[in-house]
Formats: sequence, C-alpha cells, structure tokens
Amino acid sequence: MGQTLFDKVWEQHIVNQHDDGSVLLYIDRHLVHEVTSPQAFEGLRLAKRKPWKISSIAATPDHNVPTTLREAGITDEIARTQVEALDSNCTEFGILEFGLDDIRQGIVHVVGPEQGLTLPGMTVVCGDSHTSTHGAFGAIAMGIGTSEVEHVLATQCLIQKKPKVMRINVEGNLAGGITGKDVALYIIGKMGTAGGTGYAIEFAGSAIRSLSMEGRMSLCNMTIEAGARCGMVAVDDVTLDYVKGRPFAPDASQWTQAEAAWRQLHSDSDAVFDCEINLDAANIAPQVSWGTSPEMVVSITEDVPMLTQARDSVQHEGWARALQYMGLEAGCKIRDIAIDKVFIGSCTNARIEDLREAAAIVKGRTKAASVKQALIVPGSGVVKAAAEAEGLHQIFIDAGFEWREPGCSMCLAMNADRLEPGERCASTSNRNFEGRQGLGGRTHLVSPAMAAAAGIAGHFVDIREWK
Amino acid sequence: MDALTIHQGLVVPLDRANVDTDAIIPKQFLKSIQRAGYGPYLFDEWRYEDRGEPGMDCTHRPKRQDFVLNQPRYQGATVLLARENFGCGSSREHAPWALLDFGIRCVIALSFADIFYNNCFKNGILPVALDDAAMDQLFTACFSQQGFQLTVNLETQQVSTDSGLQFSFEVDAFRKHCLLHGLDDIGLTLQEVNHIHAYEARRKNEAPWLFQA
Ligand code: SF4
Repeated sequence: MGQTLFDKVWEQHIVNQHDDGSVLLYIDRHLVHEVTSPQAFEGLRLAKRKPWKISSIAATPDHNVPTTLREAGITDEIARTQVEALDSNCTEFGILEFGLDDIRQGIVHVVGPEQGLTLPGMTVVCGDSHTSTHGAFGAIAMGIGTSEVEHVLATQCLIQKKPKVMRINVEGNLAGGITGKDVALYIIGKMGTAGGTGYAIEFAGSAIRSLSMEGRMSLCNMTIEAGARCGMVAVDDVTLDYVKGRPFAPDASQWTQAEAAWRQLHSDSDAVFDCEINLDAANIAPQVSWGTSPEMVVSITEDVPMLTQARDSVQHEGWARALQYMGLEAGCKIRDIAIDKVFIGSCTNARIEDLREAAAIVKGRTKAASVKQALIVPGSGVVKAAAEAEGLHQIFIDAGFEWREPGCSMCLAMNADRLEPGERCASTSNRNFEGRQGLGGRTHLVSPAMAAAAGIAGHFVDIREWK
Repeated sequence: MDALTIHQGLVVPLDRANVDTDAIIPKQFLKSIQRAGYGPYLFDEWRYEDRGEPGMDCTHRPKRQDFVLNQPRYQGATVLLARENFGCGSSREHAPWALLDFGIRCVIALSFADIFYNNCFKNGILPVALDDAAMDQLFTACFSQQGFQLTVNLETQQVSTDSGLQFSFEVDAFRKHCLLHGLDDIGLTLQEVNHIHAYEARRKNEAPWLFQA
C-alpha cells in the first residue's frame, strides 16, 4: 500500500517508537517569538539545561512590536520587557535572532519561509498555532505550547501520537480574484472549526496546485482554524522554485541531493486516507465571515444566515450571540455591511503577493471618507522593502492608507493597533473571535483584495465585479 | 507539576461551545514573562465590565453579574463544564495557566481542541471528554443543585456524583501516567538520548542540509 505525504515525513522523523503507540519525533526547525518563549527559557535555566541543537532555532519578535516610529523603541514597558527577554535569551544561548533593528525581522511565519529556514520535508514547530503555515512546503508544521517549546529546546524532540490523515481535494479552476484565503474560509465554513480535530490535512487537487506558494501558505495557515493538527501541500516545481536561492536553503553543493529527496514528497497514487473530501473550485466565491468564529462565513453574494437555518440548539445559541456581538441583523446582505477600518496584514496575508493584490485594487482611488483607518502592515522587513521597491507603498499612501512597520499588529492587537468597541473591520487576518482585534471590536475575515475594495467602497463588494 | 489522582470539587457550568483561548485569557495578559498570576484575568472580557490590563488589581473592578463565574454559588469551583471544541484557537499555554491559577483542576467538555488538550496535561489539569448525553446530564444537575460537586478519578477513569451518576472517560496511557505521578516529560525524554544521537547520526547522511551550523 502506498504512503501519504504525511506518512512519509512522519516516518522520516521517528526517533523511537514507544509501546503505547506514541513516538519520539525529531524536530528540524524550531521558530521562536517573544510571547510564548520566556517561560520556556526560564525552565531551561532552572533545570540547568541547554538547547540541544542551536542551529535548528531561529527567533524574531513579532506579536508585541510597534508598527510606527521604530526609532523610539517600544514605549509599552511590559511589552518592551518581553522583547528584551527574547533578545537576552537569544544572546545567552547563541540563538539566531532577527531583532527589531534587522531588516529580516517580521511575523515568524512570514520570516521562516522567506529566509529558507522552512524547507520541504521538515518538521517545523513554534509556540504559535499558525505554525501550520509552513505545511505549504510539504513539511509537518505544528503549533505547540510553551511546555513543549521547552521540551523541544531541551531534547530536539516531541512526544507525539500519529494523527489521522484527511485529504481535501479541490478540483477545477478558481475564478479570477479567488485566493488561497477564500479557499481556506470556504473549507472552514463547510467543515466547521472542529471538523479537522485529530487530523493532519493534505490539500490536493488541481486548484491547490494552481496556487502560488503565498496562496498555499494562506491556506495552510488557516488549517488550525479547522481544528486540524497541521495542513500540508505536496512538493512540486512551485515549491522548489520558491525555495531555491533563499539564504538558509541548501546551496548548490547540496541542492541535487535535496531536490531528489523532496521530489518524493507527495502522496502515492494508491495511498489510503482516513477521510477524503472533494470540493469543486468553481463553487468558491469571495468569502466574508459574519460572526465570531471562522466557520461563520458566507460568500459575498449571500446574506447573513437566519437563526432558523442553524442545525441545532448549540449552533442557534452561538449564532444568536455572534449576531448580537457583531451588531448585525440576521438575513442582512453582506454587501450592505459598512466598515470602519481595514487591516491588511498578519501571517495569513502579509506577503508580497498579498500586497500586490491589494495595491491593484487601490491604485488610483481613495479610501472612503467613512472609513476611519486603513492599515497596511507588511509581514516582514524584507516584504516591506520589496513592496517599496515596486512602489506599492506609494499607491497605498496616495489612497489614504497607512504604511506601517512589520509585525502582528491588529491581527491580535497586543500593540497599539486595535479596534475600539463597536468598530467594524475588514481584516485579512485569521481569527474573528470576540475581542480579538480589540475589546468589543468586530472582525470580518476576507482576502487582501476584498479588504482593499471594502476600504475604497466603505462596505463589502464583490471583487469579481471590480472595474 | 502537581500530580492528580482523585479530585473532588465544586462545579461551574460554562454552557458554551467553541470557547477559544483568546476568551480564556485575552492577549494583553500575554505580555507577562511569568507562568503564574493569570487567575484574576481568566475570562477577563466576560468577567468584567471594564477593559483589563496586566498588573491591574481586580478586586474592585466592576463585574458582569450575568457571567457564570461571578455568581456566588460557584465561588471556589475547581471543575469547569463546557460544550464542544473547548480551547480552540491560539496555542497560548497561558490559557491553562490562567485556569490553574484560578483554581480549576479539571475541565469536562464534549470535545477539546488538540493543542489546548495537550497543554492541560503539561500543567496538572485533567481535560475530560464526555458524550452529549453525559454532558447534558451534568449541566442539568449542576444548574439544579446548589453546591453541585463532582469526583474525578483519574486512576479508574471515572467521573461521579454523590447522587450516583457515573461516567467513564478515555485518557491516553502515557499522559495518565505522567499526570498521576506529576512527571516532567523532558526528564523522561532525556532517558532516550541514545536514540536521539543514533537518529541524528543516520539522518546526517540522508539529509545533510538539515545539519549545517
Ligand atoms: S499575525 Fe496574528 S495569527 Fe499570525 S502569528 Fe501574529 S498574532 Fe498570530
């Protein structure tokens, strides 16, 4: 019987098989940021342990960093303490860090792939649930808690049980303007936020293969929102072209051997999955979330659902709470929803391709007067520089959008970028939970082009009709 | 980590599905570099009327009276009931830290998100998944009886009440062993160092690009 992509990578990383069915799994790449690591480093010190493999670790501050006036440093004292703790831990243990003054600094899930720190067939972990992003490279990439961060630092391994494996096949052609983000939201809308619990998901099919690496990363990024342990896409030419020449990718002397190994990273034709789902790409329209969970999502052409459409009492109650929190009437048209702010950024959608898509919409237009603020927050210093080299920043600035420094920013609003109570935001991030973008803030998850168009029109519009 | 064998305690019913870790402990409290001190901010946005900030003294903050954790009859609860997909979203271990710091040692729900479930065991909290019918019975009993208590026995894998309700639950043998004995799994893994060295030696030939300094 053939193997799945997941099986292949999993097997290559088994250090020891335990009697109870769990394995000791070897970790190739450990990405670290300031929020979930200080307690882990403290634990190491208390136990007088050292990191097992320094060269596997790379760190960058992202969650807590300001996106304006970098020269002034971090004024929030508690945030500064945390970022300084990362700096000093990296210095103490000799860990590679892209600090605030380094152009390579940015959101950890943008930085890893961009630097070639994320490679096909790796096991990648980070103390952050959106580590699933890196699965776009045919890697097993998982978010872990702080105790496990410490475990990986100390042992280079994790104790894991093999999850079940699901394949989601999306066949056919995606319509113009439909991105990896829309595919992700569409799938979560179908499966629910617990639909992937206990599974590793492989995304396959012609529509997935047609996505760029950026699109695949947006898709895998949101796998965690479907409850899955990780998401993956098989390696192909698109993957290899992206990886080749990146700073930490194998150089010419090792490339041939690496490529030969990576070319094997796809599910065999006779591989068997625990679950398979088939979707038609032609059915995917631009998606807009209306509620307080990523599964509360519909197409731009649809309406906010009626409570009578809920499948059971638990969903009915969840929807009722969500409508109240979001300040929406059941049955209202998505296109009629007016927004107060736009946020284009986050580990889902802050790569160069995302910014290009948004800029193409904005070019030559201006932000609606009713929109109070539109933030563009590049995913890394490298993305920012690339966008500036193409003149994208000027397009945004001319349209009345704000061009910021890289970081997580209003995705989770740990810094000064946030929604005020009751404000409604078209956001390219990945979570619309209550209070996620600020206490009382209302988030609608969309693609970069949809967010940009909403910023110009003042309400949601169908990007397929944008002229 | 504190061991847990049998735990008996007052139960608080949080009758919601998809409770996410952003709700359990909002982001502003993630700025701390400590493991303790999160209890007063557990469910901060649901518990208080005002916006909580790290370091705030919570004793005089205005409380939302309709939130279950604020009701007098549930004060001192150590067991939390919830519905499906508890702990979804962010991987923040601050969520179990906040629950533990508040005093919760056991969460009983229809289902849990993977990372949260795992994080609980690392911190001496026992997450118990029961089926729909069992959850309905527990919620009903908890709402109807003042001072409703549960006994959770990890050894026998059973949840029971004085009145005779009893439910069995599943738990992975390794996690059970660690929680029963309060074991640190880093120490356990380090007993396998020979395997790790052997793996690395082999892997260096297969994939040398993973071993560059
Ligand atoms: S951008 Fe948002 S989701 Fe991504 S790592 Fe930062 S806070 Fe988490």
